[in-house]
Amino acid sequence: MAKVIVVTSGKGGVGKTTTSASIATGLAKRGHKTVVIDFDVGLRNLDLIMGCERRVVYDFVNVLQNEANLKQALIKDKHCDNLFVLPASQTRDKDALTPEGVEKVLNELRENHDFIVCDSPAGIEQGAVMALYFADEAIVVTNPEVSSVRDSDRILGILSAKSKRAAENQEPIKEHLLITRYSPERVSSGEMLSITDIQELLGVKLVGVIPESQTVLQASNSGIPVIHMNDSPSGQAYEDVVARFLGEERPMRFVEPEKKSFLKRLFGT
Amino acid sequence: MMPKSASDPPKTNDLFQLDNQETAIDLKGSVFTLPVLCLKVTDLAKIEDDLKERLSKSPQFFENAPIVVDLESIKKCADDFDFPQFVTLLRGLHLVPVGVQHGTKTQHEAAKWAGFAELNGGIIQELPTAANRRKNTAKSSKVNAPQQTSDNTPGDTQLDAQGASSENKASTHAIKSIESTPSAKVIRQPVRSGQRIYHQGGDLILLAAVNAGAEIMADGNIHVYAPLRGRALAGVRGDTEARIFCLQMESELIAIAGQYRVFENKVPPEMFGKPVQIFLDGDKIVITPLE
Repeated sequence: MAKVIVVTSGKGGVGKTTTSASIATGLAKRGHKTVVIDFDVGLRNLDLIMGCERRVVYDFVNVLQNEANLKQALIKDKHCDNLFVLPASQTRDKDALTPEGVEKVLNELRENHDFIVCDSPAGIEQGAVMALYFADEAIVVTNPEVSSVRDSDRILGILSAKSKRAAENQEPIKEHLLITRYSPERVSSGEMLSITDIQELLGVKLVGVIPESQTVLQASNSGIPVIHMNDSPSGQAYEDVVARFLGEERPMRFVEPEKKSFLKRLFGT
Repeated sequence: MMPKSASDPPKTNDLFQLDNQETAIDLKGSVFTLPVLCLKVTDLAKIEDDLKERLSKSPQFFENAPIVVDLESIKKCADDFDFPQFVTLLRGLHLVPVGVQHGTKTQHEAAKWAGFAELNGGIIQELPTAANRRKNTAKSSKVNAPQQTSDNTPGDTQLDAQGASSENKASTHAIKSIESTPSAKVIRQPVRSGQRIYHQGGDLILLAAVNAGAEIMADGNIHVYAPLRGRALAGVRGDTEARIFCLQMESELIAIAGQYRVFENKVPPEMFGKPVQIFLDGDKIVITPLE
């Protein structure tokens, strides 16, 4: 049975699209047939992060409005055989997303995929609600700062109140907390909220912590999901997230400040 | 859901068909807590002014609320109280008038013509009257008062006003809360930013955190066996005896019966994160540690 995963946050710029791209890639690398959908109609980004922006012919809205079929719109990822991208339209707005249309597309995708990753737009309006409405599991992306935590709390409330599972009184959406742009140094100096603070505020099980890193920006700019960067901490942290998401137990990495050597401490970095 | 015979009535709510599949309806008794509007004058303009002022303080609680009118204080006044006009006034304010009590025979007769049911005040205990009330209140979709069968103790069926309050207040300040029924609502999930929970007619018990930006409200007391970071409003219909209890006090705002306190710069350190109880002492909100 295919699983629908929504990657959401409420707040913008916290790393939803980066996370969607990396998690979808990670799942595909492990042999699961995966599709990642950009729900940010009007502001498409996912295709850029996935490096397939020049191959977009038909998009999600075309499929919703029966102007193209799924086969025409799905773009096969250039790195993984099992991964497909369903890009958003840049020329429409979010009203194009109707519950009936989205459900139809998701049901069609469920038939021959293991995971459907929905990259939610920021905010709590139509686009975001449509992205989470049909979800079975949710990855809530949060940065270690108060406004992001507050918005995540809000979106968690919406997940438990406005989703299809809530409306039909089914088992609630399984929630995972992912902290991104985490900087252990800034946490220990008190500039950022710690993992414990965030978990205490949100009360959701932690699926991973992605350290703040230059690599993420570089990877995004070159259209390669950061999970492919095997030698970078952020890439490895995403690997861990995918493993934990699939049920493996892995210790949290990159959450303690790097120990500086004596010389480094003397001369600074 | 179930086999339908030719004589089946039009589709009704399946909930009510569970144990009696033959009939279209079940007639049951139920007890409701309703706000009672005690009139002290017959001047409609004055009533309207005072009522508007009172409602403006908590508009959503009274939105489409069923209301009982107590005529005790205007018994001796002229019998020519304009009930039809009064009904128009109430409906204009989004109230749903359902019954009158404690008036003279003539007043009750006039009220009946205007669509009120005649309630016999606090002594209603027999099934027919209770059912009558249920029928009337059922018109209002907002009624989510506790539903009980009416074979409970007389004390539970109190429907009369809790005394007309002090004389120096405006007349309609007599919209007193009625003794809360012993029903409590238990919430097990965290209440998150932007969510709002209101429990009408009783206590609210929370077993998970109330986060910043969330709002919990109850006609009765509020108990939070977890961190309270959002807003908590107890006794929202004016019960000054209502209290708030919480195990970890980090609230942004607390209120009891309309008296409120904001913690703009966080809760004072001696109370922050501690178990406290909050109650009203006169007009003043008091917070004391729970030991």
